[in-house]
Amino acid sequence: AACRTLYFHNPMLKKRDDFEDVLEERRNSSDLRYALRCYTPVLYKGVPPCKSSMLKSMVLQSDQLHYVISQVSKETGRKTDEVQEEASAILDEMAHCQQLSTVRFFAFTLSKVFKSLFRSICVNEEGIQRLQQAIQEHPVVLLPSHRSYMDFLLMSYLLYTYDLTLPVIAAGMDFMGMKFVGEMLRMSGAFFIRRSFGGDKLYWAVFSEYVKTMLKNGFAPVEFFLEGTRSRTSKSLTPKLGLLNIAMDPFLKGEVFDVSVVPVSISYERILEETLYARELLGIPKPKESTSGLFKARKVLSEDYGSIHVYFGQPVSVRSLAEGRVNRRQFNLVPRHIPGKPGEDIHSFVNDSAYKLVRAQEENMVLKPWVLLASLLLQNQAAGPKEGLPLDELTAQAVWLRDLSRQYGAFLHWPDQMTPSEVVSSSLSLHRGLVRICEGKVQLADPHSAATPEEKLLNQAVIVLSCASYRNQALHVFLRPALLASAIHTASSTQKQEVFNSFSFLRNMFSNEFILCPGATVQDFEEASYLLVKTGAVQVSQQEVVVTEGGHRTLAFLIAMLDPFLQGYQVVCRFLCEEATETLTEKQFIPAVRKFIIKHLLAGGLRYAEVLSSDLQKNSLAAFLRLGAVQKIKGVHQGTLKVNKVMVNSLEDTLGKKRALCYAPGGNRLRFLSNKSQMCLFV
Amino acid sequence: MASNSSGGGSDRQRIAQQRLRIIAGHLRRPVDVDSTILAAECKAQDSKTDVSSEGKTVPRRRQEIMKWNGWGYSDTKFLFNKKGQAEFTGKRYKLSGMIMPALKDWLEDTFGTNLQHKSPATPILTSSAVQPPTLNEAFVEELKSTGIPFSHDAEDRVFRAHGHCLHEIFALREGKVGRVPDLVVWPNCHNDVVRIVELACKHNVCLIPYGGGTSVSSGLECPPEETRSIVSLDTSQMSRILWIDEKNLTAHMEAGIVGQDLERLLNESGYCTGHEPDSMEFSSLGGWVATRASGMKKNIYGNIEDLVIRVKMVTPQGVIEKSCLGPRMSTGPDIHHFIMGSEGTLGVVTEVTMKIRPMPEYQKYGSVVFPNFEQGVACLREVAKQRCAPASIRLMDNEQFKFGHALKPQVSSMFTSFLDGLKTFYITKFKGFDPNCLCVATLLFEGHREKVLQHEKQVYDIAAQFGGLAAGEDNGQRGYMLTFVIAYLRDLGMDYYVIGESFETSVPWDRVLDICRNVKLRIIQECKDKGVQFQPLASCRATQTYDSGACVYFYFAFNYRGLSDPVHVFEEVEHAAREEILANGGSLSHHHGVGKLRKEWMREAVSNVGMGMLKSVKDYVDPNNIFGNRNLL
Repeated sequence: AACRTLYFHNPMLKKRDDFEDVLEERRNSSDLRYALRCYTPVLYKGVPPCKSSMLKSMVLQSDQLHYVISQVSKETGRKTDEVQEEASAILDEMAHCQQLSTVRFFAFTLSKVFKSLFRSICVNEEGIQRLQQAIQEHPVVLLPSHRSYMDFLLMSYLLYTYDLTLPVIAAGMDFMGMKFVGEMLRMSGAFFIRRSFGGDKLYWAVFSEYVKTMLKNGFAPVEFFLEGTRSRTSKSLTPKLGLLNIAMDPFLKGEVFDVSVVPVSISYERILEETLYARELLGIPKPKESTSGLFKARKVLSEDYGSIHVYFGQPVSVRSLAEGRVNRRQFNLVPRHIPGKPGEDIHSFVNDSAYKLVRAQEENMVLKPWVLLASLLLQNQAAGPKEGLPLDELTAQAVWLRDLSRQYGAFLHWPDQMTPSEVVSSSLSLHRGLVRICEGKVQLADPHSAATPEEKLLNQAVIVLSCASYRNQALHVFLRPALLASAIHTASSTQKQEVFNSFSFLRNMFSNEFILCPGATVQDFEEASYLLVKTGAVQVSQQEVVVTEGGHRTLAFLIAMLDPFLQGYQVVCRFLCEEATETLTEKQFIPAVRKFIIKHLLAGGLRYAEVLSSDLQKNSLAAFLRLGAVQKIKGVHQGTLKVNKVMVNSLEDTLGKKRALCYAPGGNRLRFLSNKSQMCLFV
Repeated sequence: MASNSSGGGSDRQRIAQQRLRIIAGHLRRPVDVDSTILAAECKAQDSKTDVSSEGKTVPRRRQEIMKWNGWGYSDTKFLFNKKGQAEFTGKRYKLSGMIMPALKDWLEDTFGTNLQHKSPATPILTSSAVQPPTLNEAFVEELKSTGIPFSHDAEDRVFRAHGHCLHEIFALREGKVGRVPDLVVWPNCHNDVVRIVELACKHNVCLIPYGGGTSVSSGLECPPEETRSIVSLDTSQMSRILWIDEKNLTAHMEAGIVGQDLERLLNESGYCTGHEPDSMEFSSLGGWVATRASGMKKNIYGNIEDLVIRVKMVTPQGVIEKSCLGPRMSTGPDIHHFIMGSEGTLGVVTEVTMKIRPMPEYQKYGSVVFPNFEQGVACLREVAKQRCAPASIRLMDNEQFKFGHALKPQVSSMFTSFLDGLKTFYITKFKGFDPNCLCVATLLFEGHREKVLQHEKQVYDIAAQFGGLAAGEDNGQRGYMLTFVIAYLRDLGMDYYVIGESFETSVPWDRVLDICRNVKLRIIQECKDKGVQFQPLASCRATQTYDSGACVYFYFAFNYRGLSDPVHVFEEVEHAAREEILANGGSLSHHHGVGKLRKEWMREAVSNVGMGMLKSVKDYVDPNNIFGNRNLL
């Protein structure tokens, strides 16, 4: 009860549940007794969990699988028995074999680990109650955000703690590489899927039937990560649709009345993999998951990782998502065991739902004061080589930003019982690896001594990217207003239509970078306008969008929030125009861009070390591919990229209008498109 | 329908009773030659003739024997007697005069009703509630000259302005009357109908055919936008069997004959049609043809489309009929299929030749208890697969099983009650069936005694494979008997704030379970969302099996206390339930028809081209929309 908070008394804010610390009880009572206690979860329609052997045979005997097996056997000329055996082998490789004893083992060890790593693990108990209700009514899909390896262990741990049916979890195959751990995870309820199995019909059939069988029968909640993989940047990733498609299928085909999808937001005050991710983004290769690697990671145990907040969101009914969107009758004309490619309407429905669900995750992410500090420190650093921010100024700015973010609906966990300077200093001390306080001035930590300037740069970039990953936690709060602020900034006039066009261009440009629901430009524009008007930063009339006197500070902050991304995309444009050769392949793209950027950073032409992030580079390439500025060549030179330099150039211009570029312009730019027609191209 | 009892003894009894009635009729008044079944000639009867003559159940003035604002006979209804026990009045049914002690508790438990909270109906129809008729004087004048009886009495008109949809009965109970026919006319034969249709065309009068009045698709509702004079063409007096052909096993009837008369009269000659829809006491042969009806024993006898040999229908373009009685023909699309299901939009069915069969030698009821609905459906599917379905096989879900129990009459002896207890103990305790899951299938076998017994064994063996336990003849028979009284029960519910309806669909086998579950849950969810204060009853049963699917019936009712517009809520839920049916692969209707209630889905059900075909037929046959009930299209 100590953690019961009253932070959110601002009536403007969305109603959110209170938190309860689950570690508190663990610190006061026996872990062993806890691990061995009686576990009697409520069940969906009273269906007892299914033995994994029975589940396997249900899958192998399903009409769906039989159909695909005979199809594959016809196509390949192999015997059905052989294909059947292959299916069985796939299933063996995939299937979980959850055992309560393993779960109890984890309950015990994780209690120990969590207590030593974290100050608290806070959970909204009302969310747990809602989940409990949902589990009894309909099959449940759990969709946690994915920021750490810890996520799914934590989820199972919490469900065990609250006496809820343990989920089965879709995990990437890479875990299985860790011999012992892989099997342990399997016994705790993980099932393993290959990262890619594009054309493998049989694999897909086994996999989808496995998931559907669990779901349809309501044996256990199915858990997977919409984002597909851990986000290295703390930004939500563009959702992957494969599993969601499978999870919605039983509803669409009428095999269950409804499916409840529960977005879960897991917010870490300090991410265990913090610098690991930064290195990975900088191209320092990711160590392969191995058991010995895990033991080396033991040193993390001695550090303080603050608290975790887990927010179980409102269960979303797939039925209500589909209401008025999907014509379910289309599934009535073909036997349901024959696999079919989902039509355009189903695809867009699943895609929209996925975005909605990711936004629901984002919305309930708890932000710590440090997230605001990281944003401010990064902006300050980018503003120029200064000595850092005086502590009291940082505090004052943080308080300003706290109020702003609350007005924007952020789920900010700012301890109001402490003075702002206490809040700031405790945040800084938790993240002391990333900041340096010198003579009362705060700035990002200095890199360790390094042999070469390049190494120094990369070391600095590790710090910057680590900090950026915290700032990114707040991105969803500021994203739409920031897009609008940048649009106002880059638009050639204050005409509302101009601003909207500019907004629409930026939004389109960045739709691989941020979670922006497809086709929701107008809503996003309205949401952004609403927030900026509400906080008095702009005035919007029928024709015009005008920045108010007092609004400049907000707008400057918002623009600076987006600026690294703008610059990043521009640099990639520059690279594509100046250095991309005929033979550049997709594979070579990242290293080549990285080299190009390092060169410019060392030359002092670029402001943000952040643009070294391979995530940003990948996203920008995806955007250029989507917009047709770059094309993938098919055929002989498979994988090579063909750059439409005219278009790339004009994209760069549109991104950078009114902006003094920091690097020396090179090459002959073609400027035969008027600004207006450029807009039309990309809107 | 009490005429289906087994064994020869009761048949003899019944025939004897019939004879007594005829003799009594003879004593009352002179024999009316025209109304004997051999009278093939039709002559316009003068309106003085008492039409409630022998063999005829339905008088011109239906209100003499039937309720004007509820189901069935006036003398028959459920009520709570002074002791607070449910009682079924009258003498017509097996259950009549009996007390059902469990019904009160069932009502209270299922719907949260309370005997103190009554919602009684307006007792009598006030004529002032009925709009004065808009008469087409010229039409009326010429009609008079034909001598065909007609009436513009308010009661007569109101009676023919509705079927038995919930909203129709609810409005009547509140004394509310909408657009009603302006005139009711009673043709006595095919030629009368020809004359009426000619006159209607000549004077541009709207005709709405009326058979038994049992429509549950808003099929009889007068379109409120209709400005012409509306004439209800009541076929009830065209109810003769014109001939029976024992060599070919066919019979030729006038289309106004109602099911119970048809069966009874054929039975007297040792035949039957075997077509027994649940509404057969009141629904008419013409109505069956016009709505593509289905009978409970279709497994032996077929549905109406299988039974009909030849149809005569009077349309504004003239009479449509086939020129021979051949059992099958390849002469282009079957014109009967323009007639069957036309729902009164093209003309009036006047005469029908249909197949008859010798009366079955032996009938046997039966029932099987299954541990759950899933097993039951699996069993029905297997029975259909082996094509060994009995005359009738129906599977009720758990809710209906319980409902059936609530309708058990008071047992007379300690011994029966002890036996009942023993049975319950055996099934639930010894066999481990969960009383909240188990469900029951009722069976009816017909045919030669030995074959029936053989057949019975085959079906019970299949049932055993699916965990079914034979549960006796009584349970089966009671199940079928309830079919006829269940309609009366809605009126009782409506006395206590409970409104309900049944609706049907047909669906492929692999979707039966899904559709049953999803539609029931949808009903429950919609009720909750629409503010219904009490848990609704959502129940279903599979009533027919086919090679590739089944017919599923849903029952849905709720306590509407606390709702300001219960009928609107009801209609919204019913609408949602139909959407759910369609989303789950069910048909728009198996046998109730489309009427006006389900019109909005028609285009999607038959495609644009299909709709265009139907429209062009209508445009050719009835360009001036004389048959203007606006059903179907």
